Amino acid sequence: MNEQISGQPRRHPHNGDTDFSAGRTVPRMKKKHNYSLIIGLTLSIALALMALIGHFWTPYSPTAMNASAVNMAPCLAHPLGTDNFGRDILSRIMNGSGITYLVAASTVLIGAVGGTIVGAFTGYFGGLLDEIVMRLNDVLLSFPSVLLALLFISFLGEGTENLILALGILFIPSFARIVRSEMIRCRELDFVRSAKVTGVGTLRIIFAHILPNSFVSMLTSAAIGFNNAVLAEASMSYLGLGVQPPNASLGRMLSEAQSYLYVAPWYAIAPGVTIILMILGFSLISEGLRGMQRN
Amino acid sequence: MSLHYFIRKFITLIMTLLLITLLTFAAFTVIPGDAALSRLDMDATEEQVEALREEMGLNDPLPVRYFQWLSSALRGDFGESYQYSGVTVAELLATRLPVTLLLAVMSFLLILIISLPLGILSAMYVGKWLDTLINQLSQIVMAVPAFFLGMLMTYLFGLVLKWFQPGAFIDPFEDFAGCVRYMIFPAIAVALPKIGMVVKFLRNSILSELNQDYVRTARSRGARSFRILYGHVLKNALIPVITFLAMVIAEILAGSIVVEQVFGLPGMGRLLVTSISSRDYPVVQAIVTYITSVVVIINFIVDILYQFVDPRVRTTS
Repeated sequence: MNEQISGQPRRHPHNGDTDFSAGRTVPRMKKKHNYSLIIGLTLSIALALMALIGHFWTPYSPTAMNASAVNMAPCLAHPLGTDNFGRDILSRIMNGSGITYLVAASTVLIGAVGGTIVGAFTGYFGGLLDEIVMRLNDVLLSFPSVLLALLFISFLGEGTENLILALGILFIPSFARIVRSEMIRCRELDFVRSAKVTGVGTLRIIFAHILPNSFVSMLTSAAIGFNNAVLAEASMSYLGLGVQPPNASLGRMLSEAQSYLYVAPWYAIAPGVTIILMILGFSLISEGLRGMQRN
Repeated sequence: MSLHYFIRKFITLIMTLLLITLLTFAAFTVIPGDAALSRLDMDATEEQVEALREEMGLNDPLPVRYFQWLSSALRGDFGESYQYSGVTVAELLATRLPVTLLLAVMSFLLILIISLPLGILSAMYVGKWLDTLINQLSQIVMAVPAFFLGMLMTYLFGLVLKWFQPGAFIDPFEDFAGCVRYMIFPAIAVALPKIGMVVKFLRNSILSELNQDYVRTARSRGARSFRILYGHVLKNALIPVITFLAMVIAEILAGSIVVEQVFGLPGMGRLLVTSISSRDYPVVQAIVTYITSVVVIINFIVDILYQFVDPRVRTTS
C-alpha cells in the first residue's frame, strides 16, 4: 500500500511477474538522452556529407570503365570493389546517393509545400471542399508509396523527373492532414481571435500565426517522407522505372548487381547497406522527434 | 452494428471504386499514342486505321467509352493485350493471380505468426533487455528494403547453401508443396520488414492500454499481471492492430511486386512492370484497377470488422 502512495513502481518479487505500473511504461533511457535523435542525425549527416562530396569529387570517375579491373573484390585501391565494367563501387555510391537524396529532398519539398497549402485552406475554412479533399486524402493515404509511385509511373512513363513528380504528389496528403488538424485546433483559440480583432489578414493568420505551431509534426512527417522516398526511389530504379542509366543510383546499382550476385556479392551489398543506413537514419530521427513531442 | 453505418460505408466504398476506375480510365485515355495504330502494321493505310478505330469504339464520346469499359471490366473482360497478340488480359491475369495471391497469403501468415508473440513479449518485458533487443531488431529490420533482403537471401540460401534454385519457379498447379517450399524465401523477404512494423505497433498499443484505469482497478483487486494481460488488456490492445493490418496488406502487395522481380516469380507484379515498360496499357489498366480495388475493399472490410470488435465505435458514430 505504501508503495502505491509514494508513487513507487509496484513489484511482485514472489512470483517474478512483470510490472505493468504506469510509471514504468516509458523506457528509462529516453528520459536521460534522446539517443534515437542523436544517432539518427549523425547517420544522416554523415551520409549527406558523403553524397555532397561525391557530387564534386570521387576517388574514380563513377562512369569510367576499366577492363583490367572487372568484378574486383574490395581491396586498398577499391575499398568497396569494382563492378562488372570495372567501375569503382565507392565512387558510384558517393555519386548515386546524391541522386537518391535529390529525389527524396525534392519530393518532400513538393509534398510539404503542396500539403501546407491544401491543409491550410481546407482546415481553416472547412466546408464541402474540405470534406471532398479529405476523402481523397484518406484514399491516397491507404496506399503504400511504392505502390502509388508504381501506379503514377504507369501513367506518366519512367524517368527521374516523373518519379519526383509522382512521389511529390503522393506526399501531399500526409502533410495536408497535419496542417489541417493544426488549423482546426487553432482557428477558434484566443490568439487567433485576437489577431482577427486587431485586423490581421487571413493569410497572415494562417501562415504566420497558426502554421509555426505544426513545425515539429511537420519535421516528423518530413523524416518519414524522406524514408518513403528513399525506399520508393530505390524500388523504382531497381525495377528500371526510375533513374535511367548511365546515371548511378542505389536502386539501379542493385538491379545491375543481381546478375553478378555469385561472382561479386559486394556489388549488391554496398548499395544495399547504404540504403539501409539512409532509411535507418531518417526513421531514428522521426522516432527521436516523436519522443521530443511527448516530453 | 447499425445498418445505417454499414449502408453509409458501403455507399462510400462504391463511390470510391467508381472514382478510382474513372481516374484509371481517364489517365490511360489521355496518354499519347493511338491504340488502333499500335495494333496495325507500320504500312497500314489511313482508311484501315480509321476502320479499326471505329470497330474498337475509339470514336465514341468519353462517357460512353467509360461505361462500356466498366461494364466489361466488371465481367472480367479487360480487352486484349498489346504485347502478346491474341491473348486476352483476363487469360494473362488468370495465370499470374494465383502466384501473387499465394505469396501475399504466405507473407501475411508469417507476419501474424512471428510478430504477435514478439510484440506481446516486448510489452511484457518493457524496459528489460529482451524488450530493448526486440525493439532495436525491429528498427533495423524495418529499414531493410524487401528487394535487397530478397537478394541477400538469394545469395545466402540459393547460391551458397543451395537450399533452393534461384529463378527455377515451380508451378503451384503441378507441385503445390514444392511451390510453397520455393515461395517461403520470397515470403520471408516480403514479411520481415513488416514484422518489425507490427511488433512495434502492437507493443505500443499494449503499453498504452496498460495505462488505462481498468488495469489499475484489476491490479488493486489483486489480479496477477499475466491474467490482466491475457484476460483484459490483449483484447483491447489488438483492436487498433486490426486497422493497422489493413495497411500491412497494402504494404505486402507493394512489397511483393518488387520481390517477384528478385525471385523471378511469374506474378502480377512482374507482369505489371513488363507491361509498363512495353506500354501494354490494357494490362496495366487491369492490374491497376485490381490492386486499387483490393486495397479499398480491404479497408472497407476492416472498417466493418472494427464495428464488431469495438462497441465503443458503434455508440460514437
